Amino acid sequence: MNLLFLFAAAVAVGTSIAAVTRNNVLHAILFLIVSFAAIAVVFSLLGAPFIAALEIITYAGAIMVLFLFAVMLLNLGGSAIERERRWQPVTAWIAPAIAGAVLLAEFVLILRPDRHPEATGAAIAPIEVGRAIFIRYTVGVELVAMLLLAALLGASRLGRRVRTTTINHQGAGHDGTSL
Amino acid sequence: MTALPFEQALILAAILFAVGLAGVLARRNLLLILLSIEIMLNAAGLVFIAGGSRFHQPDGQVMFLFILAVAAAEVTIGLALLLRQDHCARTLDADAADKLRD
Repeated sequence: MNLLFLFAAAVAVGTSIAAVTRNNVLHAILFLIVSFAAIAVVFSLLGAPFIAALEIITYAGAIMVLFLFAVMLLNLGGSAIERERRWQPVTAWIAPAIAGAVLLAEFVLILRPDRHPEATGAAIAPIEVGRAIFIRYTVGVELVAMLLLAALLGASRLGRRVRTTTINHQGAGHDGTSL
Repeated sequence: MTALPFEQALILAAILFAVGLAGVLARRNLLLILLSIEIMLNAAGLVFIAGGSRFHQPDGQVMFLFILAVAAAEVTIGLALLLRQDHCARTLDADAADKLRD
């Protein structure tokens, strides 16, 4: 079990680093799907099979497909990779890597050994999660519904076709007595 | 079942969060910045799952569901803004995002 965990963790970290450093956006998305699948294995080992399934369905499925749709709509040509290479010289990584390493070192330092390792590793069944979410966290579910509605409205407002100013000018110049 | 890799899971979450943070700080492409934010949110969710597993409570998984909804909402708005910027400024450069109004 521990070996399985270490293997999944190595895959998750490796593919995440690859996803962040790729020049081709499509390759980054594909690497991230593998990373999410590896994290789903970790969730399953931690006794959360329901969340493991949701990780695959929602993260690796829905959210990554959303990114793919964005890439399709952006019409990135072959010049996109070249431009990305110009934007990301290796020197641009030095300061962020140092910041990330400092944060990681601080986190590992404050991590105390667990003195009372209780009997864990047993799976928490989806029925328990369902009871908790719909009895104790009902208000939270309603707030999430409001949040998703707000996201829907915001996306439809931002995504509507914008009339560019040039068209407006042409219309005004062409017809002097506009309505 | 042997001992649960609780601390190892926390360290994995910390590494993933650091990778995502480095990505957010280093990248200039807005799409890659959004991807890095997804990695960070996922690492935060991993901590909740590990905690819920350690204390054997379903609350950790409930919190992960909320994080999932927040991530979905965030990525929807983020991608809508990104498409808007691409339409207006014809670039994905994060440095050009201060002219989004025009």
